[in-house]
Amino acid sequence: MRAERSFDRPWGFLAPAGLLLAGVTLFPILYTVVLSLQRRSLLEAAPLFVGTGNYLRLAADAQFWNALWNTLYFTAVSVALELALGLAIALLVHAQKRGRALLYGVILLPWAVPTAVSARMWEWMYNADIGVLNYLLGTHINWLGSPTVALHAAIAMDVWKSTPFVALLLIAGLQTIPRELYHAAAVDGASRAMMLRRITLPLLVPLVLVALVFRTIDAMRVFDAIYVLTGGGPGNSTETLSIYAYKTLFQSLDLGYGSALAVCMFLCVAFATLVYGLLLRRRL
Amino acid sequence: MIAAGLRGIGLILLVAYCLAPLLWQAVTSIKPAAELVSLPPLLPTRLTAAHYAALFTGHPFLRIMLNSAIVAGVTTLLALALGALAAFALATLRVRGRALILAAVLSVSMFPPIAVVSPLFLVVSALGLHDTLTALIVTYTSFSLPLAVWLLTNFFRDLPRELYLAARVDGWSPLQALLRVIVPLAAPALVAAGLLIFIFAWNEFLLALTFTATEASRTVPVAIALFPGLHEIPYGEIAAASLVATLPLAVLAFAFQRRIVEGLTAGAVKG
Repeated sequence: MRAERSFDRPWGFLAPAGLLLAGVTLFPILYTVVLSLQRRSLLEAAPLFVGTGNYLRLAADAQFWNALWNTLYFTAVSVALELALGLAIALLVHAQKRGRALLYGVILLPWAVPTAVSARMWEWMYNADIGVLNYLLGTHINWLGSPTVALHAAIAMDVWKSTPFVALLLIAGLQTIPRELYHAAAVDGASRAMMLRRITLPLLVPLVLVALVFRTIDAMRVFDAIYVLTGGGPGNSTETLSIYAYKTLFQSLDLGYGSALAVCMFLCVAFATLVYGLLLRRRL
Repeated sequence: MIAAGLRGIGLILLVAYCLAPLLWQAVTSIKPAAELVSLPPLLPTRLTAAHYAALFTGHPFLRIMLNSAIVAGVTTLLALALGALAAFALATLRVRGRALILAAVLSVSMFPPIAVVSPLFLVVSALGLHDTLTALIVTYTSFSLPLAVWLLTNFFRDLPRELYLAARVDGWSPLQALLRVIVPLAAPALVAAGLLIFIFAWNEFLLALTFTATEASRTVPVAIALFPGLHEIPYGEIAAASLVATLPLAVLAFAFQRRIVEGLTAGAVKG
């Protein structure tokens, strides 16, 4: 009994992590909300309370809507491609029995390369004049200099980097499907395509959803990839919400308006999390 | 036979797709500067180590690698320590509202860093921590905690609670029981979580960009993103730097691929 009582004191063990999380994430997000209600610059000392002023400005700001659109487009296209390609890779690797460890290592590489580093790698390959991509394709595409191409160039890089994560997740999912199902289906004379459609894909749905959640939230927050690859340009054609908020905060030094943009980014991610949370709960 | 052949072609394409950008960096890093400004030749006609040499003579790259190693190493240890304590409370000691706490912790991992970076910048500056590695270590530890808590809680829950109870009956304090009974058993989970945290901390960019100002206090991703060039971008040196910066991660990826995959998927499969 004496021992049992002392088990009931977990708070001391939770406190260090809890305090750090409160100090480094919870407090700052609340502070960001406060900042977003002020006119405040890093150059001037005195903040001025402006209520919803920054948000009204935001609603009328074409650059904000452009950034929001770019964020959503980047997210939707890159996540869709990553899921499709990730599924193909997962099926391919799952069917391969020998050399699995080596394959995992190779697949992990693009994921492990720092995003800032892969952005510079791709920037070099995308170089319009002396880049290897134009040379090998025999084309003269201005990958990063043309507004319509640049965002897609960024997407291609993100797909290269993030597909491994999706593929590995789906491989883990494939491994949980009981083999007996396939044996039974084979006895019943089912074709491979039918097994894929009737067994593999339905049983993989929960993990596809999980991959969708993680990738969507990650892609919405995209910063390093675009900041290093294009800096948001040419024009504002690759500027996402994170980039626009960062530029407003640390280049224009407009803390108030930048914080309003950051709050928007936060709400977008929170909304996506909520929607997916409900979706997953219904599913599982 | 046809299926196996197609699979072989598929696998070759897959490996090429994953490795090609890195291989091109490798080629670039050993190409003489004169051959970098035109294509062809695709492959260098002679090899040079000049780009690598420039990294370590004209540029504080060694110092920057060391910065990254310190930040990633200390962050990993701190996050594992704090994460293990919290996971111990959640999984072994049992806390009321555990599901709620775990959900809250997990939702923190969804926070976009941009939403917290400006207040953190103000605090870091006010505390005189601007341009220090400490600022990075503290914030990275916090950002790594959700992953550590999540993975370790799931792992600790699978351990038989009797082990802990027995240690308590033997007169050990809860902390001793954690350190001597649970932590040794949880080594695989600690390694998996540690690897993911190390890679995250090595790669982080936004906070490192904001909190550092001078070249000597930068971490690898920021240094490579802001690589200085006098007149034109020094692609050879950037390529050399990219490969050196990626090398530690590549070694980890190949040496611990199973643990990394376990860590990546355990969080997701159980979630």
